[in-house]
Amino acid sequence: MTAPLGKDLLGLESLSTDQIQLILDTAEPLKEISERAIKKVPTLRGATIVNLFFEASTRTRVSFEFAEKRMSADTVNVASSGSSVSKGETLVDTARNLEAMRIDMVVIRHGASGAAHFLAQRIESNVINAGDGTHEHPTQGLLDMLTLRDRFKRLKGLKVCIVGDVLHSRVARSNIWGLQKMGAEVAVCGPRSLLPSAINEFGVKVFDRVEAAIEWADALNVLRLQLERMQAGYIPSLREYNRVFGISRDRLERAKKDIVILHPGPMNRGVEIDSDVADGPFSVILDQVTNGVAVRMAVLYLLSGGKAELAVSAKGGGE
Amino acid sequence: MRLILKGGRVVDPSQNRDEVADVAIVDGKIDSIGRGLAESPVTSHQSPEVIDCTGLVVSPGFIDVHCHLREPGREEVETIATGAAAAAAGGFTAVCAMPNTDPVTDNQAAVGFVARQAQRAAMARVYPIGAISIGQKGQTLAEFGEMVGAGAVAVSDDGKPVVSAQLMRTALEYARTFNIPVADHCEEPTLAHGGAMNEGIVSMRLGLKGIPAEAEEIMAIRDMLLARLTGGHIHLCHMSTKGSVALIRWGKDQGINVTAEVCPHHLSLTEDAVGNYDTHAKMNPPLRTMADVEALRAAVKDGTIDVIATDHAPHHNDEKEREFADAPNGIVGLETALAVNVTWLVKSKVMTLPQLIDRMSCTPARIFHLPGGSLAKGAPADVTVFDPTADWKVDAARFRTKGRNTPYQGMTLTGRTHVTVVDGRIVFRAPN
Repeated sequence: MTAPLGKDLLGLESLSTDQIQLILDTAEPLKEISERAIKKVPTLRGATIVNLFFEASTRTRVSFEFAEKRMSADTVNVASSGSSVSKGETLVDTARNLEAMRIDMVVIRHGASGAAHFLAQRIESNVINAGDGTHEHPTQGLLDMLTLRDRFKRLKGLKVCIVGDVLHSRVARSNIWGLQKMGAEVAVCGPRSLLPSAINEFGVKVFDRVEAAIEWADALNVLRLQLERMQAGYIPSLREYNRVFGISRDRLERAKKDIVILHPGPMNRGVEIDSDVADGPFSVILDQVTNGVAVRMAVLYLLSGGKAELAVSAKGGGE
Repeated sequence: MRLILKGGRVVDPSQNRDEVADVAIVDGKIDSIGRGLAESPVTSHQSPEVIDCTGLVVSPGFIDVHCHLREPGREEVETIATGAAAAAAGGFTAVCAMPNTDPVTDNQAAVGFVARQAQRAAMARVYPIGAISIGQKGQTLAEFGEMVGAGAVAVSDDGKPVVSAQLMRTALEYARTFNIPVADHCEEPTLAHGGAMNEGIVSMRLGLKGIPAEAEEIMAIRDMLLARLTGGHIHLCHMSTKGSVALIRWGKDQGINVTAEVCPHHLSLTEDAVGNYDTHAKMNPPLRTMADVEALRAAVKDGTIDVIATDHAPHHNDEKEREFADAPNGIVGLETALAVNVTWLVKSKVMTLPQLIDRMSCTPARIFHLPGGSLAKGAPADVTVFDPTADWKVDAARFRTKGRNTPYQGMTLTGRTHVTVVDGRIVFRAPN
């Protein structure tokens, strides 16, 4: 069976509009599985999936694991600290050894940009990128789009501004490619020292001031600001960052319309986002987490060779 | 010992020669160039070896002023013998070996070792380059005088920038004493820190930290100004940006004692070659944009950039076979340089064949004060015979170098070495 997404999901830049549409449409009916008392369908029974996490992750790892388990796959988690990677084994050797155990898919999170491509070029199994360095985090981009689509019933023409450390953000890149392919208007806002110097060549609007971004946008995707950026000298202080770029209720209330707030987590409350915004009525941050499981189920299903029209039947005979 | 290269197109820009003729070599020297030399009566009791060069180009041997031969320290990656054999196969009769070995080639004994290993290999000539600073640490000046005495032809901390402007000033002044160039790795280290490729659209797409063009240009202008201050000869290595070209043009207009080199890969490839994290397209300075490539081509044609040098940098496959940011910089170049230059410069009419030979042979000899680079009577018989029209497919498995790290793998290129003669001896002959 030829898979509609090809062998791997490495990023959204290389997907077509139709493929993204397919994933989102496939995810939609799969949401319901997680709402059942018995959260399990037999779709991936017999498939073996390795979650290869070279970087610490709670949300993404757990989300993938639930998606896999709810589709009845056999899963193994490998974290870099407990593996032979810490004994100096190369990435390619690690992968080849895993594959020698006859696995079907690898979900990889790695600190180096391109690690998922590297793996995909060298093993037969399906590879899903769960975040590689500062490159892409495609399932995050997909779940952000699913959440926005739920809320606005459309993506075309939607104005989405990504706020914060775009330079180092794989979430930002996946959102830019994905949203642009789906016809949304994308902007970025942040200190110039945290925006890529080539940002103007990507067809996105650039706002220097967050007030102007709020004025323009239908939704803000607020990126996590990592403490290391301050230590590396990209910005002078978290305090000033909050004062200039922090998303506060005060700033949102000055906008003429309601602004939907996304955040890929984990949040630094009081730095890039204030608690009354994160927990406020226009926050869809927990919806993102819920949708994450459905999106990952859809990706697993489609990569395993599943057909889009069968997605509904993939839910099993529980209805 | 007589050798006659018969009936080739003899191209020697050092004498403005471009004609079909025979080249007679006697006892390691160019004896004569003319018609019918193979038929002239043999005066000595030895009959000459005659090589038919019909349809081929006979030129002064190519000279590479910048390569890394890894010995001592990384003999599993390259040795002076394998590097010199690769050079010969690429049509190079002489190469200059950079001192970033382990231990660093920063004293007369180390320089002497390189020279001795090269003699033992008896392939292309290998001229050692000594380090500017002890251990390439950028702190204490190395003993240029003794290194020159042992055979060094230049000094360089290549691979690392000389961070201290004061040390670079002293190096330029001190090098004047011995009439040697200071070969300069231009990289402002704080700006380039952690960079894995050119900073621009592609680096943003791939999520890789970029190295801006300015990291090179800042050091290029700093060191040209120091050359102006000292009167020393600054030789700017592996120039890669349009901005550097403009700065060099300015420097030469000012009468500054500056020369510059560009690598075949910077004249042929752009950052797009990185593709999906291909580590064979990772080097420092990185592949840049088409605008840079075009500026570099124009500069090497008009002489703003004096020479083409390979920056041949072999690495073990295990080192390259890894995550892009962690893979080492550098590609092999000795065995593809001629074909890359012919394909992208001569075939595409950027420059003429005599101009290319000048940038690969005559001018390198002149600016580094090396023998060779000419077929004048009495010159050392360092000669390259090549076919400028032969197409061949790059297959790294067939290289003489131990390195397999080339971005040209599988490409069909034009221009191939047939015979390489060093000191009147045939050191390479193409298999049929």
